[in-house]
Amino acid sequence: MRLRVLIRLKPGIMDVQGTAIQRALAGLGFGDVGDLRVGKVIEVDVPGDSVDAARRRVDEMCRKLLVNPILEDYAVEPVVG
Amino acid sequence: MKFGVVVFPGTWSDCDFHYVVSEVLHQPVKYVWHRERDLSGLDCVILPGGFSYGDYLRAGAVAGRSPVVEALGDFVANGGVALGSCNGFQILCESGLLPGALMRNECLQYRCETTHLVTENVETPFTRLLRPGQVLTMPISHGEGKYQADAETLARLKKHHQIVFRYATADGQVTRAANPNGSIENIAGIVNEEGTVLGLMPHPERASETAMGGTDGLLILQSVLGSLVEDGGFLKR
Repeated sequence: MRLRVLIRLKPGIMDVQGTAIQRALAGLGFGDVGDLRVGKVIEVDVPGDSVDAARRRVDEMCRKLLVNPILEDYAVEPVVG
Repeated sequence: MKFGVVVFPGTWSDCDFHYVVSEVLHQPVKYVWHRERDLSGLDCVILPGGFSYGDYLRAGAVAGRSPVVEALGDFVANGGVALGSCNGFQILCESGLLPGALMRNECLQYRCETTHLVTENVETPFTRLLRPGQVLTMPISHGEGKYQADAETLARLKKHHQIVFRYATADGQVTRAANPNGSIENIAGIVNEEGTVLGLMPHPERASETAMGGTDGLLILQSVLGSLVEDGGFLKR
C-alpha cells in the first residue's frame, strides 16, 4: 500500500522560499497570486492491506524522522491507483 | 583530556577540529565513526560542520538519529560534554539534545563570512575563560542557520541562561544588520539546561591560529580544557 505524506511549514513560520517564488511569479505576470508556501511530498510503500495499520506506521515514521514538529505540520493520505 | 571528533559521511570540518585539538591545543584526540556507540574514555565529543548524509530530508535529520548521536545522550548524562558547530548544531537540535531548530537562511543565500558574537553566558564549560559581553570574531559558512524556537522554548532558554552567543556588531551591539541568517533574537549558539552541550553555527576551529586570521575560537576549546577538574567532572563556572 502506498501512502503520501504532505509536509508543510507550520502557519506562522516564515517561508522564504515561498516568498521568493511568489516574487518570481509576479515577474511573469502572476502578480495577483496570494499567499504561496512550499512543502514536501514523500510517498512510501508499506506492506499490508489495512489502511489504518499503514497510517499508524507512517505516523510513527513522521514522528521519528520525516517531520520536524518544531517547524512542520503533516498529513498522511493513501495514494489511489 | 580526551577529545573525540565524530565523522559522518559528508562531514567536512573533522580534520580541522582534529588538527586544532591535536596541534594547537596539544590534547589527545581521535576520530569517531558515526556507527560507533562506544564513547568511553572520551571527555569531550565534537560534532563538526559539513553536510552529514548530504543533509537529505533536513539538515542534520538523518545524523540526528545515528548510532553515535543516540549514544551521545548517555555520554552527556554521565558527565561528558559535547560541542556541535554548524552541521553539528543542526544535528544536536534534530536529535533533541538541544531545543529549537535551524532552517533556511532568511536571505536564501549561503553565507560564508566573518561574524561577531557577543557572549551572554560565561558560566558554561565552553565559555568560562570569557567575560560577559566579550565579543568573539568567528566565521560562519552555512545555508541553513536560522535558529527558530517557539515563544515557550525561547522563554525557557532565557530563564535558564541557555543563550550563549548572539550575532552582534564588532562592538557588541545586537542589531538586525549584524544577523547574517535571520535567527530569532540573533541567536548564534545555545547550551542545554545543564550547560554541558553547546551548539553554535559559527566555526571555532576556523579561528584557532593567527594564520587563520584570529584565535577567538580557540577560547572555547581552552575553556573546555580548563573546566575539566581532577575527578573527571566539569566545572560549570
